[in-house]
Amino acid sequence: MPRWFRRFFTALTAFAGFVTAGVFAAIVFDETADGRSLIAESFTRDRLGALAALIVVGAGALTVLLAWGENRRDHVGEYYALLAAAGAGMTFFVTASNLMTLFLGLEWFSIALYVLCAMDTHREASLESGLKYLIVGSFGSSILLFGSALVYGATGEIGFSEIASARTIDDALLVAGLAMLIAGLGFKASAAPFHMWTPDVYQGAPTSVTAFMAAATKVAALVMTLRLLVVAFPDQEDLWTVTIAVIAIVSLAVGNLAALVQRDVKRLLAYSSVSHAGFMLIAIASNNELGARALLYYLIPYGAMSIGSFAVVAARERELQAPVTLDNLGGLGWERPFLGASMWVFMLGFMGMPLTGGLIGKFYVFSAAYEAGWWWLIVAGVIATAISLYYYLGVVRALYLRPAAELRPAIAGGSPPRDPLLHATVALSVAVTVGSFFFVQPLIDLARDAAASLPF
Amino acid sequence: MTTALIILPLAAALVVWLLPLPARAAGTLALLAALAEVVLWAVAVSGFDFQQGLQLENQQSWFSDLGVSYHVGFYGFSLFLAGLTVVVCAISIAYALWAGGDRGRAYHGLLLFLTGSIVGVFTAQDLLLFYVFFEAMLIPIYVLIGVWGGPRRLRATATFVIYTMAGSLLMLAAIVVFGLSQETFSLVESGVSSNNWVFLGFLLAFAVKAPIFPFHGWLVEAYRESPPEVAAILSGVVSKAAVFGLLRIVIAKFPEPVEQFQWAILAFATVGLIYASLLGFRAPDIRSVTAYSSMAQMSLITMGLFSLNELGVDGAIVQSVAHGLISASLFLLAGMVERRTGSSAFAGLGGMARGRPVLATLLMISGIIALAVPGSVAFAGEFLILAGVYGVGWGWSLVGASAIVLAAMYMLRLISAVLHTARGPAVRDDSPDVRPFELAIVVPLVALLLVLSAWPASISDRSFPQQLGNQAVEGTP
Repeated sequence: MPRWFRRFFTALTAFAGFVTAGVFAAIVFDETADGRSLIAESFTRDRLGALAALIVVGAGALTVLLAWGENRRDHVGEYYALLAAAGAGMTFFVTASNLMTLFLGLEWFSIALYVLCAMDTHREASLESGLKYLIVGSFGSSILLFGSALVYGATGEIGFSEIASARTIDDALLVAGLAMLIAGLGFKASAAPFHMWTPDVYQGAPTSVTAFMAAATKVAALVMTLRLLVVAFPDQEDLWTVTIAVIAIVSLAVGNLAALVQRDVKRLLAYSSVSHAGFMLIAIASNNELGARALLYYLIPYGAMSIGSFAVVAARERELQAPVTLDNLGGLGWERPFLGASMWVFMLGFMGMPLTGGLIGKFYVFSAAYEAGWWWLIVAGVIATAISLYYYLGVVRALYLRPAAELRPAIAGGSPPRDPLLHATVALSVAVTVGSFFFVQPLIDLARDAAASLPF
Repeated sequence: MTTALIILPLAAALVVWLLPLPARAAGTLALLAALAEVVLWAVAVSGFDFQQGLQLENQQSWFSDLGVSYHVGFYGFSLFLAGLTVVVCAISIAYALWAGGDRGRAYHGLLLFLTGSIVGVFTAQDLLLFYVFFEAMLIPIYVLIGVWGGPRRLRATATFVIYTMAGSLLMLAAIVVFGLSQETFSLVESGVSSNNWVFLGFLLAFAVKAPIFPFHGWLVEAYRESPPEVAAILSGVVSKAAVFGLLRIVIAKFPEPVEQFQWAILAFATVGLIYASLLGFRAPDIRSVTAYSSMAQMSLITMGLFSLNELGVDGAIVQSVAHGLISASLFLLAGMVERRTGSSAFAGLGGMARGRPVLATLLMISGIIALAVPGSVAFAGEFLILAGVYGVGWGWSLVGASAIVLAAMYMLRLISAVLHTARGPAVRDDSPDVRPFELAIVVPLVALLLVLSAWPASISDRSFPQQLGNQAVEGTP
């Protein structure tokens, strides 16, 4: 087969796959008012899973659009196939309802992502990124597996709700298993202190893969954390709420402080994703219905902002054929008004400024923390947001505020090739980021319906 | 109606950004939109009954589970603050058109966006909506100073944003706590709270914005590095968002903490008043003097608000409008002087009155009104404020009155350093007097000041319904 046809065919198939999956997820969401178990109670078909799947496949579809212009020389077919496989693994993962399917789903999408990270075999950074992710990720998976074994040992059950009804409360084995499960999921959500792989992997992986990981992996891991903890461990809530709250605070601290000194934009966004994991964990730690709603709402603009910002980075990268730093991002705002303004919108969204869903997300997260009576989590979130201003505004400063004398034209040979699909990705991301600010009610209704599948 | 007042400049901003017009045409379009906004405001006034409370309301549920809604409307006093906004912004946009900096489309769009968000602040009747507009003001200001500002603009913007955002993030936390404990975020429906921490969260945000001593660290650099028309909007209008917040949220919703902290707030305001006035006397250039005078006036306005009686609050509103106009005209005049001499440092200025009678007259009038000469609108405002704080304790009005003397000192120093004394090295003989277009920009401000000087009761009698006083603001004790 000629290469152009392979590229066209596989990309189209992957895109169509994601769109169809989205349609089915919407149908499932619509038709499943009450959750029910499937296939020997190893899956739950409920609105929580359907909404998470919707966000994941939305991220996947945007990634296909973004990846088209990457114009890779080889492994075109593998790229799109693995992307679709990773998306499928995540939708499998978020509906898991026992520890076995949980682990299977995790490995499924992780293995696809390991390969995707190392896809640019001619770039050392990409190989390094794949290797790091493979080693650290497998370590995380094995901790999760070990934890599952301990929980099974303590309760004799692997189904989430059966674990809950086993009512084993003060059992060291169970507590150790719970801790290891949280750690294992923390690796995937890149919450500190399980985030060490994040900056290196995000930096080295092909930018479209990074975008997909930042958006979709986070959705899958956090939704699963919520489901697992709320469904399987209601009796241990005193333990895990505090643990998650501590992890949230550590993530906020580590993510924001480390991001302050980054020059590479992908690394900066990687640390920013660690800090956002912290925000979303606040919602989980609240352990109330409002918290679940907050998490599910937050994920929507967050996913869009992540994909969009990495798409802008990708555009700049293709133009310069070099890693994007705060220095060579300079002047993008004036050279490419659309990309610049969009990046500005994404940064505002990450900061939690008005006209973006980021503000409403933070508002809901803080509300959930207040309802749980954890005012100190609000204080931590506020301080973290204040710190984060510095580096997000650093990006805006690079885009617009650099003195003209410091700027050099990006490339000598005229303007870069137009990439309408990348622009479409960015435009859609902006639309979701801004739209989720104006149309909060419909999204919150979705989130509320999804959260209703959990036993609060 | 109120929604239209907010949407018009925002929509115009979008049009200016998106239409590929040349800079001049974009600026003209922006100016027309800003003038239309003034007309719209005048229409709103004509349909307004100043003896009633909240009017011209628009309401729409935003998200119901937490009780947040889009709810806007005007009180008498907020209508005046919005009027100040539309006038000062229109004039600033005209000035920007005349000054003609680079990247005019982006610039004018940002100014319009700023106008819309400030009007939004003065109309918001929902806490989250208020926060949205309050923060939305920052977005254009950051770029307006950061891109088009003076040589030390990066430092100035960083300081400004860090100060204001630190304050407003505390406010976000306070909003969450207040709204959830009241089970609504509506300012109209919610009751009062006696939670000191929440109170302090709000107070701090507005204290930074005003600014009140000791939160003024951002002030001078921001005002000095901004383009003159942005400085005019910042000091004239944006600082009044703090007045609105203090009155509509802090005083109306936290009666107990306000009473408890009244003494402390008055003390900080008084210290700030004296401190800023003294600094103003030492400041080396027009912009810094105007900046410190702005801080002094905001301290005085805060004193008026926290006198917690009708005289003081009325005075605070009169003084807010007066100071907004004065400050805007002084900054724009400073900009005109800078364009002629390349600097606003007193060391290089002097003797500009000779051969430039119009400039001298305009600066003289604005300066004289700024120092609150008896008969001026600033005098009326300050008199009401001092009478108000007299009700709290005579000592406060004594200190406040001494600040008027200090104001006379620094303003007269400014006037003489620019207009009189020997001709400064930066002043060239052939630099022209005020041009007709510039005249058309500043004269409306000065004329408004003179009209209000003749008739300050137009504001003080109408800010709050007569029989209710400021209790017409829902929730005020």
